[in-house]
Amino acid sequence: MPMKTALASANAHFYWELFKSTFLISAFTVGGGFVIIPLLKTKYVDEYGWLTDKEALDLVAIAQSMPGVVAVNASVILGYRMAGIRGTLTALLATVLPPLITLSAICYCYDLFASNHYIQLILKGMQCGATALIVNVGIDLLKKQCKKKLILPIAIVLVTFICNLFFDVNIMLLVFADGLIGLLFLRAKKYN
Amino acid sequence: MIYLQLFWEFAKVGMFCVGGGYASMPLIQASVVDTWHWLSLSEFVDIFTISQMTPGPIGINAATFAGMKVTGFGGAVAATFGFVAPSLILGVILANLFFKYGDIGPIRGVLNGLRPAVIALICAAGISFIFLALWNTETWPEELSKIDWKGLLILGLSLAAIRHKFGVIRVLLGSGILGLFFAFLPF
Repeated sequence: MPMKTALASANAHFYWELFKSTFLISAFTVGGGFVIIPLLKTKYVDEYGWLTDKEALDLVAIAQSMPGVVAVNASVILGYRMAGIRGTLTALLATVLPPLITLSAICYCYDLFASNHYIQLILKGMQCGATALIVNVGIDLLKKQCKKKLILPIAIVLVTFICNLFFDVNIMLLVFADGLIGLLFLRAKKYN
Repeated sequence: MIYLQLFWEFAKVGMFCVGGGYASMPLIQASVVDTWHWLSLSEFVDIFTISQMTPGPIGINAATFAGMKVTGFGGAVAATFGFVAPSLILGVILANLFFKYGDIGPIRGVLNGLRPAVIALICAAGISFIFLALWNTETWPEELSKIDWKGLLILGLSLAAIRHKFGVIRVLLGSGILGLFFAFLPF
């Protein structure tokens, strides 16, 4: 079993909070992957303190490197870290149910949904809100990384950012290259 | 039997879709449209459109939509859980490996390299979302002056709210309400 599985908070209340917060984030977040991850991070790390920044990033890195949907992978792994297999199932269900329910409903009234002006306005507003949340997490993590004053990790951030945004380099390729750089040059304690 | 078929077909997609998001589209298309004819190509494009504006990763949306088309809600459940089954199994195995071996040198090194990568990807996602939210384009906006001012205002207010510990859910709901409200302003 994972260490600290028996989190002091791992009681019914904890599972309910985990389910509720994950469910709501999944329900109100348009777009997958790196849209939902910053929100989960804000909730789990900043609001509840269930994980540390570093743990969350390590686990998201693993989620990113495995096949499947990143958002689902992340909730599986983060849930497991917080409360073992029951945490995994709670987080997974909370991530999957909202799109399952929404899409099933929309299936019946697709045309109405796609052309409804008011729904579009609300979704557009939420898109701006979600953008603000992602930007906030990005700035936060970037600041913490810069404070450590380590050249190579900052160089990795910069180069990966540019390759991804401006040159459309495949994410798997970037992850592989950065993992390799880490294996070769970042094994010293100070990088932990 | 159709439930099992849906489950298995989407489990295969989940197992082999590497890179997430748009990278999984061709795989889903090959299975759902080309091999099994569960959806027509135009229905598949519809899923893509819906996914742009509804919550949820595109893979799950496609699984749900295809399952609904084939046998209704039961099919949607079978396809969706098939799609996430590989993530569940592999995720638990990898998490266990991480807890056991995460602290030995080489693995630490790899993770030390991947952490900055994740930060970079989150920042890149932030930038492309700014483009999408304010200029309605996924790449560099051609005319910077054509910015959506109301969108910018919502973004700014949301940023201020989250900085003041407003909570993720409240910010998302609030921004949706503002989007509706601002549309009725006279300018």
